[in-house]
Amino acid sequence: MRLDEKMNMTTIKHHLTDALLMGYAAGTLPEAFSLVVATHLSMCDECRAQAASFDAVGGAVLEGGETVSMDAGSLAATLARIQGVTPEAAPKAPHAKARKAGDLPKPLLDYIGGDLDAVRWRPVGMGVRQAILTTAKGATARLLYIPAGTAVPDHGHRGTELTLVLKGAFRDQTDHFGPGDVEVANEDLEHTPVADIGEDCICLAATDAPLRFSGMLPRIAQPFLKI
Amino acid sequence: MLTESELFEVPTISHARRAHVRLSAVKEPQRKISKVTATPDDTQKWIDLMIALRDHQDRTAFVQLFEHFAPRVKAFLMRGGMDRGKAEECAQDVMTTLWTKAHLFDPTRASVATWVFTIARNRRIDLARKDRRPEPEDLDWGPASEPDQSEALALQEDTETLGRAIAALPEKQRELIEKAYFGDLSHSEIAEITGLPLGTIKSRIRLALDRLRHALG
Repeated sequence: MRLDEKMNMTTIKHHLTDALLMGYAAGTLPEAFSLVVATHLSMCDECRAQAASFDAVGGAVLEGGETVSMDAGSLAATLARIQGVTPEAAPKAPHAKARKAGDLPKPLLDYIGGDLDAVRWRPVGMGVRQAILTTAKGATARLLYIPAGTAVPDHGHRGTELTLVLKGAFRDQTDHFGPGDVEVANEDLEHTPVADIGEDCICLAATDAPLRFSGMLPRIAQPFLKI
Repeated sequence: MLTESELFEVPTISHARRAHVRLSAVKEPQRKISKVTATPDDTQKWIDLMIALRDHQDRTAFVQLFEHFAPRVKAFLMRGGMDRGKAEECAQDVMTTLWTKAHLFDPTRASVATWVFTIARNRRIDLARKDRRPEPEDLDWGPASEPDQSEALALQEDTETLGRAIAALPEKQRELIEKAYFGDLSHSEIAEITGLPLGTIKSRIRLALDRLRHALG
């Protein structure tokens, strides 16, 4: 069974905020945030439907908005562009998905360049490992590997931090987060996520500002960890 | 989240200053609310034209779609800060995509206006060459998975209801929504927008997703 099929709506408790979904529909989110949103939407039909509704708001804004006349000759130029261009054909039938169990959603596969076994993890201490994913400046995205029962150092945030559970689960001061759940943390939250005992936890995390660690050691290490 | 009454107070100084700068710089014409409400027949008309284009490469249909949507796309992009020449070019690109990617249009999923909006948004992001916007994994829903006439009709009705509800919002709230889509609001400014009437259309899309999952399962 595929990862997203395992996650029916009864298991996902923590969803994306409307602000994130609207920003995603408007196309104004930092790339790292869009990656978390696209990955969560691949796992969560509830948010996928809400995201489509925000697209419809964009359609209403376009439909109800002003108009600016196109240049003279614009239509003729466009007709010339499509002249002789046959619209692309629709796929014959839904192509069968031949993914293995536990595979990551496609947007994430694209950024990793493969599945979890292709991730180049780097240790960040306490058994925790991370892999930074390449995205545009302004926010960073990374995969976090937290061994079962391990804590990520106590930290606060200057901006917004999104943490999406891909595998396993963690608990912090606010709640318990399982596969598909996304935690949206802002500067008010200082937390220590701890992975569940039963299974190692893998998360996709994105921040638009550096994290603030409370302890002395992590703060010194922070510039080297790039988190 | 702010309540409606809080929303109507000027949110922050920087925000107000920015809005002032924009208004004085652009000198935008007063929007007329009457323009917002499309008649129910219109939505269906665009769908019929889109399907004529998709299934029969009907150039007359394309001309009508162009005349309606291209000036809207151009205005939309200019409101987002794109200069006139680039917006013109981009609007032409969007209309060309409407033709080449017609097979992706699915009336059970979106109105033509919504579909055109998403093409314009994606084109704007491509041209900016900055933050990419990854798409969710494709669900294989679309024309290939048996388009349903009544489902399409229901979605179009919900879309019209949504359009009317947005048009009927207090002006400040409506302007904030527009600004969000023009690309003028930060994440925290967007978080101040409340009261969007999305319940009905969301339930509709959610049901369609459930049916699709069931069909694929």
